[in-house]
Amino acid sequence: MASSNETIEAFTSRGYEAGFYTDIEQEFAPPGLDEDTVRFISQKKGEPEWMLEWRLEAYRGWLEMTPPQWQNVHFPPIDFQAISYYAAPKEQPKSLDEVDPKLLETYQKLGIPLHEQKMLAGVVDDSGQEQERPNVAVDAVFDSVSVATTFKDELAKHGVIFCSISEALRDYPELVRQYIGTVVPRKDNFFAALNSAVFSDGSFVYVPKGVRCPMELSTYFRINAGHTGQFERTLIIAEPGSYVSYLEGCTAPQRDENQLHAAVVELYAHDDAEIKYSTVQNWYPGDENGKGGVYNFVTKRGMCAGKRSKISWTQVETGSAITWKYPSCVLKGDDSIGEFYSVAVTRGMQQADTGTKMIHMGKNTRSHIVSKGISADRAQQSYRGLVKVLPTASNARNYSQCDSMLMSSECGAHTFPYIDIQNPSAQLEHEATTSKIGDDQIFYCKQRGISEEDAVSMIVNGFCKEVFQELPMEFAVEAQKLLEVTLEDSVG
Amino acid sequence: MLKIENLTARIEETEILKGINLEMGPGEVHAIMGPNGSGKSTLAKVLAGDENYEVTGGSVHFEGADLFEMEPEERARAGVFMGFQYPVEIPGVSNSYFLKAAVNAAREARGEPEIDPVSFLKLARERAQWVKLDESLLNRPVNSGFSGGEKKRNEIFHMAMLEPKLGILDETDSGLDIDALRAVADGVNSMRAPERSFLIITHYQRLLNYIEPDHVHVMVNGRIVRSGGKELAEELERSGYALFGGEEAA
Repeated sequence: MASSNETIEAFTSRGYEAGFYTDIEQEFAPPGLDEDTVRFISQKKGEPEWMLEWRLEAYRGWLEMTPPQWQNVHFPPIDFQAISYYAAPKEQPKSLDEVDPKLLETYQKLGIPLHEQKMLAGVVDDSGQEQERPNVAVDAVFDSVSVATTFKDELAKHGVIFCSISEALRDYPELVRQYIGTVVPRKDNFFAALNSAVFSDGSFVYVPKGVRCPMELSTYFRINAGHTGQFERTLIIAEPGSYVSYLEGCTAPQRDENQLHAAVVELYAHDDAEIKYSTVQNWYPGDENGKGGVYNFVTKRGMCAGKRSKISWTQVETGSAITWKYPSCVLKGDDSIGEFYSVAVTRGMQQADTGTKMIHMGKNTRSHIVSKGISADRAQQSYRGLVKVLPTASNARNYSQCDSMLMSSECGAHTFPYIDIQNPSAQLEHEATTSKIGDDQIFYCKQRGISEEDAVSMIVNGFCKEVFQELPMEFAVEAQKLLEVTLEDSVG
Repeated sequence: MLKIENLTARIEETEILKGINLEMGPGEVHAIMGPNGSGKSTLAKVLAGDENYEVTGGSVHFEGADLFEMEPEERARAGVFMGFQYPVEIPGVSNSYFLKAAVNAAREARGEPEIDPVSFLKLARERAQWVKLDESLLNRPVNSGFSGGEKKRNEIFHMAMLEPKLGILDETDSGLDIDALRAVADGVNSMRAPERSFLIITHYQRLLNYIEPDHVHVMVNGRIVRSGGKELAEELERSGYALFGGEEAA
């Protein structure tokens, strides 16, 4: 009894672990958005003229657009003039050694390594030895700017470019110009247009022909400042025959007001290239009554442009007051493959409307969707997915599986699968289940001596296993821990 | 080691156990037989701590401790095991991972260190042989996609790994073919020991051909109406439950 009480206590006192605030001198743009704001951001970043024009065009398009209304989430209208569109630590470091110690401390507290040394992952192998964790290169984005990128030199030896998008605009402008907006056009949707106008930082990855990126790349997004929006822009390019695995993690301090994170992520895969993109999203979800929390409105899309190319999205979404995102694949190249593996957890008053779009254009294209939704307390969650097979896509195949687990009688799970088939040779399978975490399962575990807390985490992790096994090892361990903390004490 | 006194229990508004008295010594094998609906499975679930049943009176002491003061998981860690009539599936959780957590929970309660993975695996392979459980089922999710016979063998395998002081088998023989029945019985017989007791709940006598009980009790309508030696089971097989006021099962 004592041990299970201690577990519960340890869990409750943990709450949202990333909810602290770093007191650091920052520079802000005044709240409000007009063409001057766009100019200010572009100038701050020392961008080329064409980039400014590109942003302004997006801004003008945005002015003509209205926020979407079709999603199954509810929130008051956002006052876009009340948000500050740029926040950055005053001291801009030139190298890793010059990064403000307060920032290093922040990332250390979050468990993000900003030093280039091997670490132990907390992963224990069968012989009881702690395994050495492979190197992971990290780009750390703090509010609107990237503060550090590790292992750049090591990656450069293989021709891999990994830096912030701001640096890429400075050092590789032609590459950025060639690809930006080709997967998610500037005026794709309301939030993508807003992002295109005011995006601040994010990561840029370029993997040359035939190169298998020697380590995992990851970006860690941190919103620190209040009343500030974060507009992440990430662009990943995989040349023919290359491979890259990329991860992003996200946290924010606990605040009473809502914060906006409107990101655009574009992936571009040439012939025989493979991009694996994993997300562990843990933005502040708001308190149990729905006060505060991050609005996570994100456009993520991958273009399988080349033959036999493959793009795989894996996401574990536990945070945010509202999550609204559909990582998608455009399967243009013949024999290309799109995958989407998702675990979304909502509790308290959290809302999530998430899923994917698979657009089949090329011949023999295949897509695979596995979505696991877990709802607790009064949270509402929707899976929304589109499988579209165009007339050119003969012999397209899709498999979709959407499972929902309910942990209370007040939460909700909704499934909206859209299917649009314009080629008769397509083969589609769709499976969906909804289950309540079973009292009989919990009793069975308890009868074997396993505490209720451990039983719940075991059952939930089992439910999510198909998705977790798609994550790189050390992040799968992180994701499991995160799930345990998130769902502590939530069976009702 | 187990003392049940005047136990009454109900599910929702229906009284099912109407005053059960039973005493078991260490090393003894008791069989409870009875027609459908007599309350014999309810007795097993009440002993294990199933919250769907409400204990309305009486007491149960296990090695001197009040069983009803203990949570189901504490009872398990203290050495009470129940083999389920309908073993539950836990998708995505491997059988060996699940068992290791169970074994370690009991070890922790006894103040022992966790079992090391190599010893665990060795032990699991050896004990799986007791019930001729296919080794591949160790790595499959708990009971998911197992056949009826595999599920029941798996229950006995769990018992063999957890080494309880009291093993309660709730109609483990139902739906088993003769090979599975033998395997289950072999598993139980391998575990018989002077300090370990078994309470075997069954509708039919046939399991008792393989596991020889010291005592047989006949339960009808929530009460034990007759107790005797193993010959009582044979008598029941011949005459049926009608003799004791129970309806004859088809």
